[in-house]
Amino acid sequence: MPEHHIKLPEGSIEKTTTTLNLGPTHPATHGVFQNILELDGERIVSAEQTIGYIHRAFEKIAERRPLYQITPLTDRLNYCSSPINNMGWHTTCEKLLKISTPKRVDYLRVIIMELARIADHLICNSIVGVDTGAYTGFLYLMQYRELIYEIWEEVCGSRLTTNIGRIGGFERNFNDIAFQKLEKFLEEYPQALREFENLFQRNRIFMERLQGTGTISAERALNYGFTGPNLRAAGVDYDVRVHSPYCSYEDFEFIIPVGTTGDNYDRWMVREQEMWQSLSIIKQAYRKVQDFKGAEADVYHADVPEYYLPPKEDVYTKMEALIWHFKIIMGEINMPVGEVYHSVEGGNGELGFYLISDGGRTPYRLHFRRPCFIYYQAFEELVKGSMLSDAIITLSSLNLIAGEMDS
Amino acid sequence: MARPVAYNLIKKPLEPDISIAEMPEGSMGEGFFATTLDKVVGLARKNSIWPLPFATSCCGIEFMATMGSHYDLARFGSERVGFSPRQCDLLMVMGTIAKKMGPVVKQVYLQMAEPRWVMAVGACACSGGIFDTYSVLQGIDQVVPVDVYVPGCPPRPEAIIDGILLVQELVGKESVRRRNSEQYKALLESYGIQ
Amino acid sequence: MALTNDYIKQRLIEKFGDQVGNFSEPYGMLTFEVPKDLNLKVLNFLYDDEELKFRFLTTLAGVHYPHSKGRELAVVYHLHNLVDNVRIRLKIFTDVNQPDVYTATGLFSAANWLERETYDFYGINFVGHPNLKRILNVDEMDYFPMRKEYPLEDQTRIDKDDEMFGRGGMLGFGTERTDHGQSTLAEADKPGTEGREIV
Repeated sequence: MPEHHIKLPEGSIEKTTTTLNLGPTHPATHGVFQNILELDGERIVSAEQTIGYIHRAFEKIAERRPLYQITPLTDRLNYCSSPINNMGWHTTCEKLLKISTPKRVDYLRVIIMELARIADHLICNSIVGVDTGAYTGFLYLMQYRELIYEIWEEVCGSRLTTNIGRIGGFERNFNDIAFQKLEKFLEEYPQALREFENLFQRNRIFMERLQGTGTISAERALNYGFTGPNLRAAGVDYDVRVHSPYCSYEDFEFIIPVGTTGDNYDRWMVREQEMWQSLSIIKQAYRKVQDFKGAEADVYHADVPEYYLPPKEDVYTKMEALIWHFKIIMGEINMPVGEVYHSVEGGNGELGFYLISDGGRTPYRLHFRRPCFIYYQAFEELVKGSMLSDAIITLSSLNLIAGEMDS
Repeated sequence: MARPVAYNLIKKPLEPDISIAEMPEGSMGEGFFATTLDKVVGLARKNSIWPLPFATSCCGIEFMATMGSHYDLARFGSERVGFSPRQCDLLMVMGTIAKKMGPVVKQVYLQMAEPRWVMAVGACACSGGIFDTYSVLQGIDQVVPVDVYVPGCPPRPEAIIDGILLVQELVGKESVRRRNSEQYKALLESYGIQ
Repeated sequence: MALTNDYIKQRLIEKFGDQVGNFSEPYGMLTFEVPKDLNLKVLNFLYDDEELKFRFLTTLAGVHYPHSKGRELAVVYHLHNLVDNVRIRLKIFTDVNQPDVYTATGLFSAANWLERETYDFYGINFVGHPNLKRILNVDEMDYFPMRKEYPLEDQTRIDKDDEMFGRGGMLGFGTERTDHGQSTLAEADKPGTEGREIV
């Protein structure tokens, strides 16, 4: 027993580890969640997570809202890539209502979803850079997020929480300005991404900080329910777009980038490569959209007038269209009885919607399968035995979005 | 009818003027300038506000866009965003505050040193937003006194900058004695803050 | 041999007889019900069997059916066979007065927080769970909010008149249909509606 210079008061317990409270407000936690770490010097002995600091009761709200009113809720799940959540919800409703969408709608949806995926991975990768101390990459890449926002704004009017699309398609056709902006993005972004990669990819400091930290094996990752880039970095090539294609993803050719060790560096690299793949998918989709000529080029929604809101000119002038608009929004529509589970590949993995409908105006039960919630459980296993600074990098490379975690 | 966006399609020439802060009223002479302390202190404080971004959800991403180079909050003096409440002037609460998070907001507010201002960014921070549920605090003014409310879901970066400009106005016009006044003390008492 | 829904159903009936029942295939996904004592046995069987290989837990959700007495709370497991790309859904029902269900955490580590969330929302007690406490709501909460009898909004607000906002009171919570088959549109103007089911 070593000599102590400090006399402890009677009855106090002497600990050999330090308790450090990381969060809920902390510059490194990108969202509000708390980690109580037990540190032995600088090594982490154990970590306990507390979440729920932004619990907004989405699932309870969804039991009170008709289908169209749930779309703004889904926006706020993974708010870095909200169009993917919106499209996921609309495709779930279409599965329930047995609506099939025309090809042009599918291709336009793919463009929007892949832009959202690029926006999400862009933020994640540049924030990993910020956490290692390199702020420049983040500032340079946020500019391109502005370009993506302008494309979304042209289609739906909103930048971040888009509420884009309708059950069956889109609210308006993509006009020429939206396509011009898309072309400008496709021209300028590859070069910026290449510059960003040159800053980080073979940077010795970056590699030494990220390689070998936060490792997880494929078996443990599957057991923990990992999906998305985190699982692909561990070596499993599970991608919902390929396994259960939706929105005509089977018409596109793309590679699923897969890592080997599941450490932070592999996660960063998988996201980088997915951004390149998304760019290629957008180019293919854009070419396919341009192939539609004449009357087909005006198709932007499925022909389902009982679920798709009538056009605004009619709503403002004709009585029947006004009544139908009101009825559809308020949920007085034909809802079949049944239950459906549908999933899409979100920015973080398999975003699933389990919808039980009892024929009433609102879902009887709506459960969101949120990838962030499921893989954050594994955090303790990822950082046990590593140093505090590695824990910070692991936290940001997992891409935890608090809105999705706490629903 | 869609509007063309200057950044994207049409190149505009750089504006030649730069705006300079106005001199306060006072009497000038050879090598001296006399004015009231309030005005000088206000002028200095308002052009160098250090914000504490308390970003919880989607509005946080719009704040990141505001800090980025397109909307550049740094030109208003908020170059250095700090995450330590001990060093910051303006608590910007961005995003939904759940009831679990309420005590944390209050704790951070208490750790800030006077003079401090609070800005509620986004509909959720102003009044609970679209989340009228059992778990969401219906507005942060239930726990801390708020100076400026910026509505929107999420507010555009221009709106957040507008909020900062309003805070600047408040800071510039504030009297140096306000923080010790009876009214202010009564305000804090009503929130349970000593 | 392709893993079809019929083959899985056949294997389950072979192994468990008539204890598994209520087979249906809504929207192509095989759904069946298991008594709550057997949930671990069935999950283990589906995991270990070399042909079935359901080794990925997609999600776990709770549902509250206040009107079916003795079977109010349900836990729904979604499993996924990644190799053959097949999904199935398992349901177990339990009484609201004694909602004890065996935990699946030993088999799937993903079930840890999913079960905590289900406990937090519905009060289902997962027997054998390593750390069953509230996860998303405040720790001091003494009721289980997702159950149907509890309202969505915070009841302590005094500045809102719920009935004016269309909540509670005479108008209910807005979950039932209000037109009950009568419509103000002429038949010729209604875009294609046949046989709406009224609940």
